[in-house]
Amino acid sequence: MEKHEMICICCPRGCYLTVTSENGDIKEIIGNRCRRGETYAREELISPVRVVTTTVRLNDGKIPMLPVKTSKAIPKSLIFDCIDMLRDVSVNAPACIGDVIIPNVLGTGADIIATRSIGKKDED
Amino acid sequence: MRSVDVVIVGGGPAGLAAAVSAKKHGADSILMLERDASLGGILNQCIHSGFGLHRFKEELTGPEYADRYIKLVEELNIPYLLNTTVIDITRERKVTAVNSDDGVIEIQAGAIIIAAGCRERPAGAINIFGDRCAGIYTAGTAQKFVNIDGYMPGKKIIILGSGDIGLIMARRMTLEGAKVEAVIEIMPFSSGLNRNIVQCLNDFNIPLYLSHTITSVNGKERLESVVVSEVDKNLKPIKGTEREVECDTLLLSVGLLPENEMSKKADVVLSSITGGAIVNERFETSTPGIFACGNVLHVHDLVDYVSEESEHAAKYAVDFAGGRRYSPSDVEIKAGNGVRYTVPFKMSSKDIEDDLTIRFRVTGRFKDKKIRALINGEPVISRAEPALAPGEMQTVVIRKEKLEEQAEIKDIMVEVAD
Repeated sequence: MEKHEMICICCPRGCYLTVTSENGDIKEIIGNRCRRGETYAREELISPVRVVTTTVRLNDGKIPMLPVKTSKAIPKSLIFDCIDMLRDVSVNAPACIGDVIIPNVLGTGADIIATRSIGKKDED
Repeated sequence: MRSVDVVIVGGGPAGLAAAVSAKKHGADSILMLERDASLGGILNQCIHSGFGLHRFKEELTGPEYADRYIKLVEELNIPYLLNTTVIDITRERKVTAVNSDDGVIEIQAGAIIIAAGCRERPAGAINIFGDRCAGIYTAGTAQKFVNIDGYMPGKKIIILGSGDIGLIMARRMTLEGAKVEAVIEIMPFSSGLNRNIVQCLNDFNIPLYLSHTITSVNGKERLESVVVSEVDKNLKPIKGTEREVECDTLLLSVGLLPENEMSKKADVVLSSITGGAIVNERFETSTPGIFACGNVLHVHDLVDYVSEESEHAAKYAVDFAGGRRYSPSDVEIKAGNGVRYTVPFKMSSKDIEDDLTIRFRVTGRFKDKKIRALINGEPVISRAEPALAPGEMQTVVIRKEKLEEQAEIKDIMVEVAD
């Protein structure tokens, strides 16, 4: 039996979880105050995932950077690959919230989407 | 002079929610005044996710949260002015603002809602010994540089203070290719949320030094290093523990302060604890017809509660502008044992319109305690709390029926009890 201590990141409460496992099988999860904690603990132990948020260049926009995110959580191990891939990406203004910037990023099934609407420079 | 029912100072989360609520509660005319070139306030630079879990039951980024409200403001055709700075408000509710299109604008308001947010405590306010070199920024300034303007303030970073903005910036700078050497926290615990310690520091192996502080900053023109020292129980640096750490940038995440210079001009009485106005249950300040909500009132950890509070304030601002007057706030809401402050600070025992939502912070870290609310010394709410920390704002709600069934309300108190 192995015991793993972790902190749930699903919401601001940040529950302290204790997960007991045996040969990779989860036997018991305690400390979570809601059901999301259980899902989190399983994922975190087997293959942790995170939503990645960053920015890409916006050409001719009212401001130079467009905030973006992955449309769902992607494997934690791909965070830096995802960021590296976006480093040289630029899009043209106007941008609309929800616009898909890159579909199916790194084959994860998640899209990179814009999280803000930003108009063109010198336009209302 | 122009007359407007409800003037809202600030177009960030508090102002946006207040504007939408004022419209829904039937304000004849509304004008929201925003200093920046777009609505949304600080949410626009908070590109990380974690907003809206209470309000929208989903996890949004800052700009997405703002967008929900901006869309409502547009749909409801609520008038606002951008690039417009309010420079004066008076007791008589005259608002003076300026912008480059209209010059000086004077408005007679039926009611004013101050929703101007807060500011970061700057370097000058924490007296760090050493050189006055370039490379020292508040975490929020660095956040704007990176997320809005698109440039990096440095490559080798030390962060002083482990509040949420500091933690969020540790991750952000790392993702953008900087090396975050450490986060330094003078207290024996972090004031940031647990989830941010995990996903901003632990995920990237960024060390957090608790009970440590920076005792010197060194650099001729640009910052070259800082000296980190351990502190004792009284937060005094311990001699012999000094360690020099090379870095080119120091980010400060050492607290937020409500921005109330303008409120003072309208004789609004401020709390020495929160730095915000002393308000009653309708979020009305000591100056009749002037209301305050959001981070200008007290610093929140969740924007969801800013929205809720601001909607509430706007309802009563509309009432006031419409000529309704309430009986005086005769009941004090007291911060009892273990409670640092409450918002609201007082209420009227007569015109009870709503449930009473009391938000407060505790004075320290507690384990296995109860939060209690008492009316006239009698507990009406008692709730078990496995863990309490000053970094997490707490809420108790006393139901309207409970308030109404009292023959007389003398005082209300919130406390931490065994």
